[in-house]
Amino acid sequence: MANVYEGLTDYPAFHRAEVNYKIRTEYLEHLQEQRASHKLLKEWTFTPSLPEKGYTNRTLYINVGTLEIQEKEVTQQMKDIFTGGRGFGMWYLWNAVTPKTKWNDPENEIIITPGPVSGITQYPGSGKSLVVSLSPQTEIPIDSNVGGYFGPLLKFSGFDCLEIQGKSDRELIVFIDGQKGILRVEDAPAEPVDSHVLAEILTHMYAESEEDRVNISVVSAGSAADHSLIGMLNFSWFDKRRGCIRLKQAGRGGIGTVFRDKKIKALVIRGREVKGDLNHPVDFETIAKTGIKLHKELRENDPSMCLMRRNGTAHIVEIMDAYDLLPTHNFQYGGHPEVHKIASYVWDQRCTQRTTDGCWYGCSMACAKGADGVVLQTGPYKGHMVTVDGPEYENAAGLGSNAGIFEPEPLLELNFYCDTYGICTITWGTIAAFVMECYQRGILNKERTGGLDLTWGNWRDDLEMMHQCARGEGFGLIAGQGVKKMKEMFIEKGWGDPQLIEDIGMENKGLEYSQYLSKESLAQQGGYALTNKGPQHDEAWLIFMDMVNKQLPTFEDKAEALYYFPLWRTWFGLQGWCKLPWNDVAPRNNHLTAEPAKIPEHVQNYLDIAGAMVGKKYTSEDMLLQSARVYNFQRIFNIRMGKGLRIHDKAPYRSQGPVTKEEYESRQERYEKELREQVGIDPSTLTLEEKIAATRKFRTDRYSKLVDTVYTRRGWTLDGVPTQARLKELGLDVFPEVMEISKTHGG
Amino acid sequence: MKQLRIDMSKCDAGRNCNHECEEACAIKVFKLKDREHAALHIRELADGSGQAILCDQCGDCVVVCPADALKRNKMGAVILDKELCVGCYTCIGFCEKNAFERNPDWVIPFKCISCGICVKACPHAALEVVEVPTPDYRII
Repeated sequence: MANVYEGLTDYPAFHRAEVNYKIRTEYLEHLQEQRASHKLLKEWTFTPSLPEKGYTNRTLYINVGTLEIQEKEVTQQMKDIFTGGRGFGMWYLWNAVTPKTKWNDPENEIIITPGPVSGITQYPGSGKSLVVSLSPQTEIPIDSNVGGYFGPLLKFSGFDCLEIQGKSDRELIVFIDGQKGILRVEDAPAEPVDSHVLAEILTHMYAESEEDRVNISVVSAGSAADHSLIGMLNFSWFDKRRGCIRLKQAGRGGIGTVFRDKKIKALVIRGREVKGDLNHPVDFETIAKTGIKLHKELRENDPSMCLMRRNGTAHIVEIMDAYDLLPTHNFQYGGHPEVHKIASYVWDQRCTQRTTDGCWYGCSMACAKGADGVVLQTGPYKGHMVTVDGPEYENAAGLGSNAGIFEPEPLLELNFYCDTYGICTITWGTIAAFVMECYQRGILNKERTGGLDLTWGNWRDDLEMMHQCARGEGFGLIAGQGVKKMKEMFIEKGWGDPQLIEDIGMENKGLEYSQYLSKESLAQQGGYALTNKGPQHDEAWLIFMDMVNKQLPTFEDKAEALYYFPLWRTWFGLQGWCKLPWNDVAPRNNHLTAEPAKIPEHVQNYLDIAGAMVGKKYTSEDMLLQSARVYNFQRIFNIRMGKGLRIHDKAPYRSQGPVTKEEYESRQERYEKELREQVGIDPSTLTLEEKIAATRKFRTDRYSKLVDTVYTRRGWTLDGVPTQARLKELGLDVFPEVMEISKTHGG
Repeated sequence: MKQLRIDMSKCDAGRNCNHECEEACAIKVFKLKDREHAALHIRELADGSGQAILCDQCGDCVVVCPADALKRNKMGAVILDKELCVGCYTCIGFCEKNAFERNPDWVIPFKCISCGICVKACPHAALEVVEVPTPDYRII
């Protein structure tokens, strides 16, 4: 390995525009022995096919326990009711499990489904796969939207879905050769599981030539997924210019944990060479013209809008800070004086420019930035030079400010190890922030953490906690169980005030909050806690509309936004799209439209493309109907699994208001104005404790009223159950069990 | 590198010619019948002046191509490898000179490669292929 930082003693300055992006540590020296150690357990042949109008109409089912492999028909009813993507995943999972199934039962599945538009190359952000499983963290269905080449290459091999069930007792690699029509299940004991190593080895092992590497994609997890509930899946693609594999993550909810519990080491696909029309849409010209229009818009507007091509999603770090929205010290505060050290201009310098960074062909938004030449300072790969995928905003905020870490290179290292160990960066960020606040408040101490000093900003011990998790030992093992389990444990052990622990542990339904400060935006509080899968901003990101732009003044306005946006955003997951090109760039005249927050021209782009794929003219109403079917089906699915009711939409108070005196005092003016003007109390007559209590009562009552209004708008009972009438309206009455669950719960 | 240039004081924007440059490009280079799909365009503007749409081989498209299908050849001209092209049209959208062309019968786009056939075809000798320094790739 060439070392471009000869004599390095500490982290170098971040300005490294001249880093050679082709140099990094390689892991191929044992490739031949690793290949020789594989034992073929099953070989199965199939006829490769290409989609017609976006669908191949076939699902590939693999039971990794019994090695049963079969093709299943994607029925017209599936397409009519569930559309594709997340919808297909929910339907297969529904049929696979019972109300008693646990995440680690063999019946649980992992379903990977690109939607009908996934794999088109002309419109940015059109290569997504949806991954669905029963979550180890929430015990209800989780869905995760992920880039990388696996989904499109699966579809171009002949399958709309990959449905995996069963549990293996040996380390397995499933290799799907979509060029030759051969599927092999191999016992693969030798390769390490960490993704940056494994995906590189397998890309080289299964490609038949240097040129063939771009046709390989690997799905893998990592060693921390083996020992935690927060495992995630990496989806690879081969970056030709860098000459290395890159990774995108299906992060939330612990699907990587399910993957490793099934003893799957990797899924490998070898797809056919990608061309621009492999989906065989009905109207290619419309897709082509719409794509070119957005490419032009990105060229013209991105440099003066979001700079996604330069900084990726990390462009909003300083914006969040400026609006007091950047989660800092476990969501206590909304900004920090040192934020400039991890702000976008740092990433602009630290990420390699003059290259392409799309996670699928044709994504000219290109936000999958890569920081090259990172020399690791800790852990099993100490001294290795690696390329780090990211940091995205969520990583900069979650691994950075929320843990009080404002140093770019340690932040990159945290990001790197989360990825290669196969754990979700967002989840780890919220976990580390929680344990650091527990440490600050004496709920944890060195004795309880086994010697870890979890003071704010101590990135070395944050990393050590992660390494422990990957080794399956120490306090890292506890952290890897997630915030919900830690709260239960800390309360049971009597380590602190139970109410305080409940209030500051930022989870809902068992899933950790993603990295936006919602406490001053009622709509975003609902946007997080009224989700199907748990608090992830991909369902509703209303914080700017509500708090900054004041576009949602009434409960009804907020409820309307919490009706429309979750459905609109669900549609991306049904079709196989990324959401970022929808609203991280906009037409110049967008502010003049009737509803700028919706970005009407972009909505029309998506309707046009989805319609052009199948030969229909879609309207917004069609979109809302397709999404609402899946969204309400998923809600019923949650209820079927013993969750999904109002009680499960309860939010930790930290997400709604100030828990502690310091938090209250940091925004005293705002809170006292609220007490005076909205509660009708003169704060000067109250003690600090009384003011905090009065604010809390006001805010929790207000949230409760929001829940009533949203449920009503969604066609749910006040207990959160989709009504019989709403289900009939959506055509879900063809499933008697769905109607029965609604009825039993008062719907 | 080789770069196609036009002298607009000599080009009369088609008033006294038959767009021989476009004709030659479309038919001889790309085997297309319709000169509308040539890889250069000469337009007559409302005020009687002419406008040329030409590729200057700047290389922006090389930077944005996700398939590594656009590269400079030995002469410095940017050439599309049809085998590698995935038809994403990022090059079309990101070209500030609108130099890329599509034929609706093909998925892949195409562009001028500074071959000089149009130079020979121009009755007014308005076009020439010149040698210029190859610019650095930009951050796009």
